[in-house]
Order: sequence, then C-alpha cells, then structure tokens
Amino acid sequence: MTESPTTPPRDPHGFEQPTRAPESPLIPSAPVPPAAPVAPVSAPEPVGEAPVAPPVLDQGTYQQLRTPRSPAALALDGTWHQISPRYVISEYVQNAIFVVLIVVAALVVHLAFEQVWVWIPAGLMLAVTLITLIILPRQARAMGYMLREDDVVFRRGILWQRMVAVPYGRMQLVDITQGPLDRAFGISQLKMVTAAATTGVQIPGLTQDGAEALRDTLIQVAETRRTGL
Amino acid sequence: MSTPAPWGPDPARPPAAAPSTTVLPEGGSSSLADGEWHRMHPLTPLFKGGLVLIIVAGVVISNMRERLISWFVSLFAPDEAKYMDYGGDPVDWVLDNNLILVVLLGVLALAVVLVVVFWMVWRFHQFRITGDHVEVRKGIVFRSHRRAPLDRVQGVNLTRPFPARVIGLAKLEVVGAGNDANVELEYLATPRAESIRADILRLASGARAAREHDRAGAAAPAGVTAQLVGSMNAGVNGLIQGVDLADVAPESVVKIPTGRLVGAHLVHSLLWLVFFGAIIAASMTGILIGAVRDGEPEVGLIGLGAGFAIGIPMVLAFVAVTWSQISKSLRYSIAPTPDGVRITYGLLTTVTETLPPGRIFAVEVTQSLLWRPFGWWAIKINRMSGKSAAQQQSGNAQQFNIVLPVGKRADVERVLALILPDAPQSDIPLVWEHGILGPVEGDPYKTIPARAWWHRPLSWKRHGYAVTEFGVLLRRGVFWRKLAVFPLARLQGVSVSQGPLDRLQGVSGGQVHSVTGPISGTLSGLERDDAIALLDGVSRAAAAAAARDHSHRWGSHLDPSTGSGTEDVASAAHSGPTVAGLYDAPAGGYAPMPPSAPPAP
Repeated sequence: MTESPTTPPRDPHGFEQPTRAPESPLIPSAPVPPAAPVAPVSAPEPVGEAPVAPPVLDQGTYQQLRTPRSPAALALDGTWHQISPRYVISEYVQNAIFVVLIVVAALVVHLAFEQVWVWIPAGLMLAVTLITLIILPRQARAMGYMLREDDVVFRRGILWQRMVAVPYGRMQLVDITQGPLDRAFGISQLKMVTAAATTGVQIPGLTQDGAEALRDTLIQVAETRRTGL
Repeated sequence: MSTPAPWGPDPARPPAAAPSTTVLPEGGSSSLADGEWHRMHPLTPLFKGGLVLIIVAGVVISNMRERLISWFVSLFAPDEAKYMDYGGDPVDWVLDNNLILVVLLGVLALAVVLVVVFWMVWRFHQFRITGDHVEVRKGIVFRSHRRAPLDRVQGVNLTRPFPARVIGLAKLEVVGAGNDANVELEYLATPRAESIRADILRLASGARAAREHDRAGAAAPAGVTAQLVGSMNAGVNGLIQGVDLADVAPESVVKIPTGRLVGAHLVHSLLWLVFFGAIIAASMTGILIGAVRDGEPEVGLIGLGAGFAIGIPMVLAFVAVTWSQISKSLRYSIAPTPDGVRITYGLLTTVTETLPPGRIFAVEVTQSLLWRPFGWWAIKINRMSGKSAAQQQSGNAQQFNIVLPVGKRADVERVLALILPDAPQSDIPLVWEHGILGPVEGDPYKTIPARAWWHRPLSWKRHGYAVTEFGVLLRRGVFWRKLAVFPLARLQGVSVSQGPLDRLQGVSGGQVHSVTGPISGTLSGLERDDAIALLDGVSRAAAAAAARDHSHRWGSHLDPSTGSGTEDVASAAHSGPTVAGLYDAPAGGYAPMPPSAPPAP
C-alpha cells in the first residue's frame, strides 16, 4: 500500500520497487545504463485499497444476481452491485411505444395503399422486439459491477456471458447519459471511456443517485492512480 | 526579411521578457521553445497553395499553345502563319480591342492580390511552444487555434515530401492522443524542424537539467540566397546519403539491406502474381482448347487477345504497387535517441518518426510461411496515431505502425530492446524459445485444452497467453506465427466472455484491450480458470505496473549524469539553432541558461 486516495498522484519516490531495476537492455548499445540483476517478483501487490462503495449504490436495485447454473460459468468473488428494476419498466415502455409505431405504420400502409406484404417486415420487427422483451428481465438481473482494488469489473449476460475489467487509472472520462423516459423513471446510463475503443463499458439502468455516486467514486479513485495513457 | 535576425543565444535577454522582435521571418530567437509565437518558413505558401497556381498556369499555357506555335511560325515563316487563323480566342479579342494594357494590369493586380493573400496566410500561421503545450494558430477569416499538451505527445514525425526536401524544408507533426489530434507545423527549414523536434521531446520528457546541451556549432546564416543554396545542397546530399542519422551513434542503428527489403516484398507480390497468372492461364487455355475443338481458331485468337489485355495491365499494376511499397520502406533504419526510438524510411519522400518511451501499447512479431525459409520477421506496434479515421485507412497510416518491415532474428532482438527498453531480461526466453518458436514442453503459456481444439484447429497447441511482471504475451498462429506483447503499464483493460458451447466445455474467450491498431488482443478457448486468472491477475498487475511507470514524463526520473545519450554525438553536424531555454516542469517557469554551459558528458 504505497498510496492512499489522499496522497498526491505523481510521487516518484513512492513507487520505488525492485521491478524498476530490470532496465538492462537486450543489446549493449542501447542508451539505457545496465542495472542490477533481475529480482524475480512474485504476484504484484495491489496498488491501493478497494474504494468504499457508497451505500446509495445498492438502494433501489436488484438484490440477487442471476448467474448461469453451470459450475463452468465465469464467476468472480466479491460484491456485485446491481441495476435498478425500473430499467426494465423504462425499456418496456420504450419498446411499447416502438411496437405501437410499427403497428400504426403497417396499418397505414396496409389500409391506405393496400400493400399486404408490409406485415412481413413489420412482423419480423415485432417478433424481435418481443423476444428482447421476454429476456430483458433476466438480462437486467444478470448485469452487475464490482469495485475491486485496482479495477472496476462489469458483467452482463447469462447465455453469453461477458466480463470487462477496466483499471481505475485508465479511465479517460466517465459519462452519464439520460433519455427523456429514463428521466421520468429516474434512471441513467454510465459510460466509461478508455483509450481503447474496444473496452466500452456502459452500465445502463443505474438509479440517478447511484450513477452520480458511482461516477464520483470512480473519478476520485482514478485521480489518485492516473499515469500517462 | 531586411531586419537582421540575431542568431545564436542571447544571454542578455531573458526569454520570458522577450520584446516583439522575436517574431522575425527567419526566427529571431535562438530557442524556439521560448513561449513566443513563431512563423513558418516563408516558402510555405509555395508548397501549400502555390501548387494550385502552378496548375492553373499550366492549364493557361497549354491552352495558349496554339497561339505560341502560330507566333513561332509567323516569326520564322510569315507566309505559313495565316493557316492557323481561328476565332473565338480571348487573346484575339483582347488584341483586337486594344485592351492589352488593361489585361496586363489585371493580371498584375491578380498576382499582387494572390501574393498578398499568401503573405497574409503565412503571417497569420504561427506556432508557439511553451513548457506545457505546443500551439498552432492560423487562418484569417476562420481562425483556428490548436493546443496540445506536451505530456501526452505520442510521437513527433518529421516528413520531407520530395519537392520540399530538395529545397530543404520539412513538415513537423506532433502526434497527439485521439482522433485528428495531431498538430502540424508545415513547412520549416529542416535544421529548425530538427531543433524544434528536440525541444518538444525535451519538454515532453520533463527532463530538467538532464540533457541540456549547447549546440555551439550553429552557423550564422550568410543571407537568404546562400541559405537556400546551402539547404538545397543539403537536400541533394540527403537524397543520396539518407537523412536524420547524424546525431545517433552509428553502431546502434538497425538498418535493413535493400536486397532483403526488396526480396521480402517480392516474395509476397510474386505469390499473388502467380495466383492471378494461374487463373488467367487456366481460363485462356480453356478458351484455346475449346476453340481448337470447335474448329474456330478466330475465337481462340480473340480469347488470347483478351487474356493479354487483362494480364498486361495487371502485371503493370503489380509492378507499380510493389514499387510504391518498396520505395516507401527503402532505407529503413531504427536508432535509439535519448528521447525515444527514431525510425526513418523512404527513398524520395522521407519520414522520420520519433517514438518516445511508453507510447507503445502493443508489439507483435510476425512471420508468414513464405518468410520462414529466409528467417525473416516483421514487427508491428499499436500506437496512438492521432490521425482522423479517414487518414487511418490510407497506406501511409499502415506504414506508421510498422517498426521493422523485415529483419533477421538479431534485428528483431535489437528492435525489441529498443522499443521495449523496460522489458526484463528474464522475459527473453518467453518471447523467443517459448513464444515465437514454441510451444515447448513445460512453458508457462496457458493454451487451449485438447478438448476445445476446434476453436483453432491448427494452432491450438500454440494459441495462448502468459503473464510476466512486464506484460502480457499472446502467442498465436502456426503458419502465420505471431507473438504479441502488451506492456502492462499501457494496458487499457481485460475482458472475458463465454458462450453456451464454451460453457459446456468449461472454456472461455478472453481479450486484452489496447488502442486501435493492427494487433488484436483476442484469445479463444482458454481454460475457464485461466480466463478468470487473466481477468484477475492482469488487471492487478496492470495497476501495479502503471504505478511504477513514469514514461509519460520519461526524462524526469533520469539522473543528469546518465542522461547524456547519443544525441550529442555529431551534433556539430547540425547547423540548427541552439536550445537555450530550460524549462522546469513543476516550478512553472523558465530558467535562463547561460550559453556557455558545457554540453552534457
């Protein structure tokens, strides 16, 4: 523990570790001076304490994570924070509006222009939406995030599981977005941006207070651990 | 241009309190990194906008060709001149109406306006280098002002397009982190560009007294003409000898023999040529046989002609593509400098990239099957290119990610040592014997278990990862052997994923995330526990590595006595102005340095 959130972020003397030594280059002509022999280092120790999760993160959310039953599924030890059940309601309302729009459009084309084929694409879209809606509650229960010592892990999916770990120091910005319906239900989406385009962690359906508390926690932790890119 | 520019360091004048005379056409102050605004080279408009003018003039002249011919004919054979009589020409109209004076005045006015416009554009195009930022402002009507923080500089590129190179001009590109985040200084006299590059890198490194040195050999300019002649001489010499290696120790430079470079490109091109040639030959033979059997030789001839009509342009295209690839990477050299690796390439248009330490997000050593008999390898990297998405698609951008186009094992080892200077010695067997040439019995790579071989039917024994305290090593491919190194200090994240089939077999996919580039970090079919270990261990190791990494300000932890480096070698060969300002990063001010300070040992 060389660092706590209150120490200044760039203290070059705080991190003097034997692993800095192996600068000895593969060729002698490189401009780096040869250094002490390599000291084999065991598992690196964590850089900081796990940030304390504000209690507001777990207020008004699901309390039981839905995971695959198989013992071969991906699992991590630790406390998962979950998203709000209102996310499902908000998504249902949005999809209901979408379904109504499709039906209305198809009806107009059918009755006014007497084109019956329009029900083929409309039916396909409706079917896809319906399937999405059926699995949505399960999906929402399977989403979670965990604040670990060095990184934040986001998980989603049951049949197709995915877990992403993003080190705190790598976050370039944390973004909270909220659509009009989200605002009505008091939920928002939090997005973490790193230098890699593929990392793309988006946590939907956080409660308003939870999203802001999470953002502040993430930024506070990131500030103390930031280096370069 | 008439004001004599005081070259050389001026100890009487502290840079911070510089009067307005610093913005002189030829660079009034010795150090360009003095926080004052400077201008580009006066010939810049010629290369940026002047090309359009030359094209317009060319169109006009080609349209007046008839008139010139008829004028010549009438000069020598007045009798014949009549036959070229034609109407509707604006020149005729001008001559007929006695408007010649008006037209000449108009042309003159246009020329003056253009010169004034170019002059204004040039005047308003300024750059400034302060301790924390490099800034460019330009434009008269639409003003733009771009400022890039120096501690996020991802590299500095010095490009010499062929025409500008002959006159001794160069374009400096400060690579930023992000889309379309580059700051371009075009054009500058080459020695100035080199000294600005050194300034930017020095400031970006956060070096304090470490590598301050005095290039006392700065020659005072004799005058504009002499300067131009001198720079042209240098440009032509550079055409013959290659560029930008004057200040590095020659024994540390990795060069690629031209024969190998040409051969490596030819091997691949020849494969394609043989492939398409076989297709054409087969189809032509089919047509010929069919024609002979049907007793219609004309059809066969037509088919033959069509075959050649397709084949010959294709051969030409192959030659052109291969040549452009070869000429771009000819005279490749990689050399260490105190401020990073310097990569130079190009035959006519030369590009010099400087990659400061810690700006490399992933490195991959690859070898295709065709190269294996020759023992050739290539090295690519992932880095921030700072270009916009459209620019990243171009071939030049691809070149940007190649560090070693083709090299033997010794070259690969030297280049790896250059671009990953922090990699510990203990990782070498992991890279070579276990990694690139592996698998070896008992190596630490976590690979695909035999039950999940179908994820990679051929390379499943090789496909895997290993984690050291320095980085994550990914070993992939059997015909196209690849070994990727992701330095932990630059790792952006880790993810694992598992579908239903994976779960039945107890395996999982994984991915190591880095910035956009040619190297992907995906793995599939790992043991489930190995994947979890990847997620757990790599992330923690990445945080630890990042905490002890200082390469974003790579110079600030160097001891002054060890920071001498090779940049002083042959610095006398440079006629560039001296770096006199010394920036002290945390204090936030300039400390004027006496010009008599001895160069770093």
